[in-house]
Amino acid sequence: MSKIFAQGVVCPLDKNNVDTDQIIPKQFLTSVSREGFGQAMFFDWRYLADGSPNPDFVINKPEYQGASILLTRANFGCGSSREHAPWAIQQSGFNVIIAESFADIFFNNSVNNAMLLIQLSKTNIDLLFNRCTQGPQHWQIDLQSQEIMFGNNAAMGFNIDADIKQRLLSGLDFIGSSEQLNPQITDYEQSRKASQPWLG
Amino acid sequence: MGQATANAQTLYQKIYASHVVGKLNPSTDLLYVDRHLIHEVTSPQAFSGLKLAKRSVRRPDLTFATMDHNVSTQRRSIDAAGETSRKQLEALAANCDENQIPLLDLTHPDQGIVHVIGPEQGLTQPGMIIVCGDSHTSTHGAFGALAFGIGTSEVEHVLATQTLPQQQAKTLKVEINGKLSSHVTPKDVIMAVIGKLGTAGGNGYVAEFSGSAIRAMSMEGRMTLCNMSIEMGAKAGLIAPDDTTFAYIKGKAHAPKEEHWQGAVQYWQSLYSDIDAVFDQTVTLDASSITPQITWGTNPEQVMAVDQSVPEPASFTDPTKRDAAERALAYMGLEPGQKLTDCKVDVVFIGSCTNSRIEDLRAAASVVQGKQVAAGVRALVVPGSGMVKRQAENEGLASIFKDAGFEWREPGCSMCLGMNDDRVAAGERCASTSNRNFEGRQGRGARTHLVSPAMAAAAAIAGKFVNIAAATTETGDRA
Repeated sequence: MSKIFAQGVVCPLDKNNVDTDQIIPKQFLTSVSREGFGQAMFFDWRYLADGSPNPDFVINKPEYQGASILLTRANFGCGSSREHAPWAIQQSGFNVIIAESFADIFFNNSVNNAMLLIQLSKTNIDLLFNRCTQGPQHWQIDLQSQEIMFGNNAAMGFNIDADIKQRLLSGLDFIGSSEQLNPQITDYEQSRKASQPWLG
Repeated sequence: MGQATANAQTLYQKIYASHVVGKLNPSTDLLYVDRHLIHEVTSPQAFSGLKLAKRSVRRPDLTFATMDHNVSTQRRSIDAAGETSRKQLEALAANCDENQIPLLDLTHPDQGIVHVIGPEQGLTQPGMIIVCGDSHTSTHGAFGALAFGIGTSEVEHVLATQTLPQQQAKTLKVEINGKLSSHVTPKDVIMAVIGKLGTAGGNGYVAEFSGSAIRAMSMEGRMTLCNMSIEMGAKAGLIAPDDTTFAYIKGKAHAPKEEHWQGAVQYWQSLYSDIDAVFDQTVTLDASSITPQITWGTNPEQVMAVDQSVPEPASFTDPTKRDAAERALAYMGLEPGQKLTDCKVDVVFIGSCTNSRIEDLRAAASVVQGKQVAAGVRALVVPGSGMVKRQAENEGLASIFKDAGFEWREPGCSMCLGMNDDRVAAGERCASTSNRNFEGRQGRGARTHLVSPAMAAAAAIAGKFVNIAAATTETGDRA
């Protein structure tokens, strides 16, 4: 198995506080499916009022077509808990997001969809944006060694929670692993009923 | 993490510890969930996932559903908000029916916004863990419950196991002492806190609000406060329960029955942060220094006192904040130095899980009484639930709004997020009692200014933003 978790073109989205209303606006939330959100990602920024692509928005630029690594800034994914946001990003071809920080719910939602979210210091994020100004970037991510590899033997390390790393590497079933504690859940329910009968 | 004394615990740590079912790995615990609230938007894919994996709902009796996000507020009919909304509402009804999950649908007199009806029905109680596929689940923290929003994969996980994997969050104490000035509401308090801490200031933390100003607040006010803790990125907001809390819960449909009441109250009284508990961060505010607040930008930290001027982007030393301010002013159609009290409003929205409860409507009605909505202003009042609506009608508040020219609507999330047809048009300026002023939140190109219910009502009457504190002193028409 390749030690490369992900690789591809990097799309730099140079904004702080990108909220999930921007990532996937309300009108797409009436779907009952997990699929079909890719084209709606960043809808209001990505398309002009007449429906044509906004040529100024970074995602639409020719050099970033097919990008699979999204580089952005602080507090990415704040606001609404809608999991449609990581679905839209993933269905647009991205499986790695690198940012200075992420909103908590968005972070969990993304991990639950097997996406890799890398958090780096502001200094390192600035360095990565600088690289992007030098021309289109193609990076490889080695999750085992926790490195972003730029080519020519240049790399940057990153930290990741050991549990999340394990989940991403082994593809553990989110519900299935908790179900292994089913006997403890049953025990807990029994003692809860005895000590706090009003809870039901 | 920050426990100096071995046994001293914060309220959050007490609730967390009492819900640990077991350990999944060294850093992750499996926590039991006491209440799972669901709605039409973030649950259909979770039910499909369950079905696909041939799993069933473990505790339908601890799961409660309502229809709120995309219902029409004009007519209480499942097909009134369009075809795709109807399909989603029908999917919720079918999923609840199939799994024996109680549902407050559009035919139920108590239907309403999930974070309004949970407390009203007595489903929200101190010491519980409450989750819902909605970020404003933080609202329920007002009762001393650990309540937080989750995504659809987690909804599926809770449906299947009644548990959720969690890691301990950091703890933040927000202490607010003193007395609020008249016309300063819990909405102004939380907006001032967000202005101080920033939209990401609470990331990774559970925030506990304490101090004499919090103790003096009603449950409605505490809910407004906790509701918006997510707007500073906090995982949850918390307020230790007290007699105000217990009095609110007593007698509610799902409150502990008479034979369990004493036992429940006794347990709830143990739910507070120990005196020597150590928080990872503490922030203190003087209640008397808080003035009526209004947002000028496109995220909730871009907020100021209503009598201040729109800031100069150059005044921000952080270049990313400066850049964000420039972009926000361009989107909002505002100039640096401008006073929002000179700024005309097109739409006024009084509603949402932040400010659609009876007290909010009373505060707004007291400003509106005997006056008329300004020409050219479209003003809506959307009560948070059937119960709030009936009570407001019985108290004569509905007539005050209608006589003044407000639209008096059916319960739902409505113009807070515009999933139904209640939207603000591009370029229109809206005084809104909701919780998010993000670009496009109320409609593409819509310009949202977050304010308290009284400030929204005053804006509707004046046709522009008003400093409620100054206006009422000048005219002397309110105490």
